[in-house]
Amino acid sequence: MTHRCLVSVGVLTAVTVVLLATLPVAGQAPSSAAKTNGTAKKAYTQPRTPDGQPDLQGFWTNSTYTPLERPKNVTKELYTPEEAEVAEKAAAAREEEQTTPGTVADVHYDLTQFGLDRHQNTLARNLRTSLIVDPPDGRLPPVTAEGEKRAADVAAARKKMGPPLDAAENMNLGDRCIMMANTGPLLPMGYMSTYQIVQGPGHVMILSERMHDFRIIPLDGRPHIPSNVRQWKGDSRGRWEGNTLVVETTNYNSKRPGVGDNSAAGQSFRGASEDMRLTEWFTRVDAETIHYRFTIDDPRTWTKPWTAEVPMAKDRIQGPLFEHACHEGNYSIVNMLRGAREAEKKKGSN
Amino acid sequence: MRNQFTGVMMIVASLCLGVTTASAQAPYRAPRTGDGKPNLNGIWQALNSAHWDIEAHAAAPGLIKELGASNAIPGGAGIVEGEIPYKLEALARKKENAANRLKLDPEIKCYLPGVPRATYMPYPFQIIQSPKHIMILHEFASAVRTIYMDDHKEAPADSWMGWSNGHWEGETLVVDTTGFLDSTWFDRAGNYHSDALHVIERFTSRSPDTLMYEVTIEDPKVFTRPWKMSMPLYRHVERNAQLMEFRCVEFVEDLLYGHLRKPSSK
Repeated sequence: MTHRCLVSVGVLTAVTVVLLATLPVAGQAPSSAAKTNGTAKKAYTQPRTPDGQPDLQGFWTNSTYTPLERPKNVTKELYTPEEAEVAEKAAAAREEEQTTPGTVADVHYDLTQFGLDRHQNTLARNLRTSLIVDPPDGRLPPVTAEGEKRAADVAAARKKMGPPLDAAENMNLGDRCIMMANTGPLLPMGYMSTYQIVQGPGHVMILSERMHDFRIIPLDGRPHIPSNVRQWKGDSRGRWEGNTLVVETTNYNSKRPGVGDNSAAGQSFRGASEDMRLTEWFTRVDAETIHYRFTIDDPRTWTKPWTAEVPMAKDRIQGPLFEHACHEGNYSIVNMLRGAREAEKKKGSN
Repeated sequence: MRNQFTGVMMIVASLCLGVTTASAQAPYRAPRTGDGKPNLNGIWQALNSAHWDIEAHAAAPGLIKELGASNAIPGGAGIVEGEIPYKLEALARKKENAANRLKLDPEIKCYLPGVPRATYMPYPFQIIQSPKHIMILHEFASAVRTIYMDDHKEAPADSWMGWSNGHWEGETLVVDTTGFLDSTWFDRAGNYHSDALHVIERFTSRSPDTLMYEVTIEDPKVFTRPWKMSMPLYRHVERNAQLMEFRCVEFVEDLLYGHLRKPSSK
């Protein structure tokens, strides 16, 4: 069972990319987010943990059909509830089409049968047309000259490595079970956009179901680790500002994957440099919802910082999280490489 | 208030009895969390050579000649009570495992290490404790265990780190774990188990910076009876201690997939 679920996460990543890139209108039904639907909410009494922190604990999902960047043909910030419903239905139908018999996606996975498509699971709905809220056009800010040069250098270096099937390290980080787009800001993917938050005295722990990836965030104001030490997930420090958990992360390495980025090592988050600074705000606004907002500040890559909001909803369907032993069950990487070598032999002998 | 009173009474009691030996002292009472449970939060690590061999063993050379003394095996008195009661055919498999460690040991492949092996590997782990869930977060391969303290259930499917239900018995956190795959080992010496493994762990504070860790292993497919291991665990007391990233998958790709590389690529 476990192994079956582990076959080439990469293809699924690719499906996600296609979905994210092609959805003309990604939508949501009426929202629980007071900010985006304008409805007045009853005052919410923030529960506390035994040591007095505002309580963010539980199983959460940020699964959504809302794309990171606003689709080019959409000009407004928010859909009406009716438009959002239409958009969501269209997106769900398109997702289901991915498993049309005879398509690559169908050979790989039947998303619908295995409950992996988003609309069968809890969706964190809102009315936004993009997750990015700043710049106001809902799109990433312009890339700096340095950022463009770096992207070109990375692409050239990547090309030199040869095609993905030449060697494991040429494949994308998801196929290799090193990481998916889940360890910078918390961003949803096509499936398994599920999280567990546990708070102990002085620490907040955020576990991502994908690749059992956890972040342990100390709240005691300690300094970051030395700047020469670079990690895939960086180094996080947190503090409470009222009922909001603020987390600052630095010390990233320069090898991290982008959102839906299908390239091999050498590509960092959306082309960001290792000096990227991530700031996140977690505010529980009711029993079922966390407002999650993040800003990425990387002057070496973008002309200005950018900010996105991703609603998180209490996961009533999928929690608790199950172990995603991606690497342990990674038969697909072996099969892909072996298949490529066999094909070369066959070609050579013809 | 009550804690102070108890403490005073203990001191008075021990003075009256003239007790000086450690073994006769009242058991240590750990500081409490906000909900009144023993506070096990912290970064912990075993300090022994059980990761090489849970049984008593003399020092021995390592498997990689080039690494010389730096990879040699330090001796150890073992952490197992008595002998591991292998069934006859299972003992043969253990010896086979040991003889083929370079090919078979899941640690070498950066696989999730299983339980209890993860606890005494030479890497720290962190306990983050809440009333409902106690997290055990390992530096090695970012292995994770969630211990469910109130919503106990059976494992929904088998996994590498198992499914853990926990409860408190006084000072002791008792963790009952089942739902294991048969793919993990107990150490680098090839000690192993089947998918019938059932692990009961007891974590008890024994001083501000040490825990006692006791484990009962049951696996009727491999062993003739349940058996036990135990060891202290030590707190990382250095300032600002934190787990570092040890994402070992990328360290083993050439080992696992190098033979399938296109010959002309480098």
